[in-house]
Amino acid sequence: MSLEAGIGLRLGRLDLEVELAVGTGELVVLLGPNGAGKTTLLRALAGLVPLDRGRVTLDGAVLEDTAAGAWVPTERRPVGFVFQDYLLFPHLSALENVAFGLRARGLARAEARRRAAAWLDRVGLAAHAAARPRALSGGQAQRVALARAMVGEPRLLLLDEPLAALDAATRTEVRRDLGRHLASFAGTRLLVTHDPLEALALADRLVVLEGGRVTQSGSPAEISGRPRSRYVAELVGVNLYRGRADGATVQLAGGGRLVAAGDHDGEVFAAVHPQAVALHRRVPEGTPRNVLAGTADTLDVVGDRVRVRVAGPVPIVAEITPAAASELRLADGGPVWASVKATEVTVYPA
Amino acid sequence: MTATARRRQRRAAPAVARARSRVPRSFAVPAALAVGFLAIPLVGLLGRTPWGSIGAELTSPRVLEALRLSLVCSTGAVAVSVALGVPLAFLLARVEFPGRNLVRALTTLPMVLPPVVGGVALLLAFGRRGLVGQWLDRAFGITLPFTTAGAILAEAFVAMPFLVITVEAGLRAMDRRFEDAAATLGAGRWTILRRVTLPLIAPSLGAGVALCWARALGEFGATITFAGNLPGVTQTMPLAVYIALETDLEAAIALSLILLFISLGVLVALRDRWFPSA
Repeated sequence: MSLEAGIGLRLGRLDLEVELAVGTGELVVLLGPNGAGKTTLLRALAGLVPLDRGRVTLDGAVLEDTAAGAWVPTERRPVGFVFQDYLLFPHLSALENVAFGLRARGLARAEARRRAAAWLDRVGLAAHAAARPRALSGGQAQRVALARAMVGEPRLLLLDEPLAALDAATRTEVRRDLGRHLASFAGTRLLVTHDPLEALALADRLVVLEGGRVTQSGSPAEISGRPRSRYVAELVGVNLYRGRADGATVQLAGGGRLVAAGDHDGEVFAAVHPQAVALHRRVPEGTPRNVLAGTADTLDVVGDRVRVRVAGPVPIVAEITPAAASELRLADGGPVWASVKATEVTVYPA
Repeated sequence: MTATARRRQRRAAPAVARARSRVPRSFAVPAALAVGFLAIPLVGLLGRTPWGSIGAELTSPRVLEALRLSLVCSTGAVAVSVALGVPLAFLLARVEFPGRNLVRALTTLPMVLPPVVGGVALLLAFGRRGLVGQWLDRAFGITLPFTTAGAILAEAFVAMPFLVITVEAGLRAMDRRFEDAAATLGAGRWTILRRVTLPLIAPSLGAGVALCWARALGEFGATITFAGNLPGVTQTMPLAVYIALETDLEAAIALSLILLFISLGVLVALRDRWFPSA
């Protein structure tokens, strides 16, 4: 493993307690809600926030070890950092911004400018070398920030919400560019975001951080298929329940029960995809093993489907076609029954 | 719309604007008096200026001597203030230490202290028998009172707080994450200071220097108390104006005019900082 970090620190109301390992060449995306401690974690890895306790090693070299009293200051860590609002130095041109790190590390002026110019060319901004950051668009500023962080050939690249400062229209294009540049970087990469789309598009592996703790880690497919927290479930749009399984039956923590296919035992999560939920105005007949009574609460149009939130003893979200929604007169409210086949209930250990 | 209605509407618009300002109309009278009170002395000064002979007055040895001395002393005071005050501003803005508020209060005290009192205090501290002065005298044979160095000291005492509080405010307003960014790029403390922090607070530093210099240039009370009034040694422009007033009114006016134009220059230099939109 290239980056290994065990981090414990308190900062204001945040209590961060995280074990994290990122392999060489791996791109890990740290996903979590605001205030989860994502930015603080990156700052701690860069040495901008001291640890209360813990240890950080990069390629075998100790960057920080509170037990041994070891601490490498930020300026001597082989780390590149792309900040959320880029923090390009406003009094320097794009070229001088990119050359800054090379100059600070003792490279001669001419050589630093030559390499910086090559990087600006690589991110497609050779024509803007003399521009001040104020004159750059958000997407251009982001590319300058990326070039500035990567020109020094760091072994660890940290990116804090690199797309958050952009408007939706440019974000898609910049995300594709970012993905390309990140792919060209051979070292270890850790990117922070609260945007699930960004996370799924860029990540080799996802780490979910909530309230200063890692709640889930895995490939994008694993995370979206088997969410382990309400936050992730809502991000990927899945109904998630916590309960106790005994054979095919799951007794839900909030009351009620679900029947699944297969055998499980003990504390489990049960996930149901909204598209697997059918809605009825009368108690349904036939084979569905799970029938949940409730009232149609809110309706949202998502793409070519309607998301219906059914409030009841076991709340559930269903995605149905607009035709079905109008046929069932869901907009009028009133009682509905949601049915789910046992084979559509995914059960996995908690 | 009829012509009358249109006229009424045209008349109504400014009336609405006036009502919206919510300032009592009677305030216009004292406000006008205030402007007159501040402006008339300047008009008086310009009105009494002997424009015909002003050239000769300005180049008379006595005026040139005072001008030279004022520039030397005020520039020296700014140099002392920058050398000592900028590091102090950094400590006040960035480092938590016990008694920081007390230090800040002490630092700004000379801004509200009557300058004459400052002069007396300087005399008791740096005079030949003063707390530090007697030691300076014995150890190095240095005497400060009634010397040009003493005048510089007196001016710096009064003017340095302006630099310190302006630079401290600039440091507090600055986004410190720029320094974090520089550190992640491999810059150490001195590189960050030189290439990031100082350029970013340059406007505050410039304003502080201008204020400090203007204050030092106009210093009167502390200088005359501590350094005396020796032509060519400690008689700066404000002191020369005061003396000339009794003997040579035209020289006093010429010197005052110079000081007035320098003040205007400082005001123009600081206008973006103090009157950004007005």
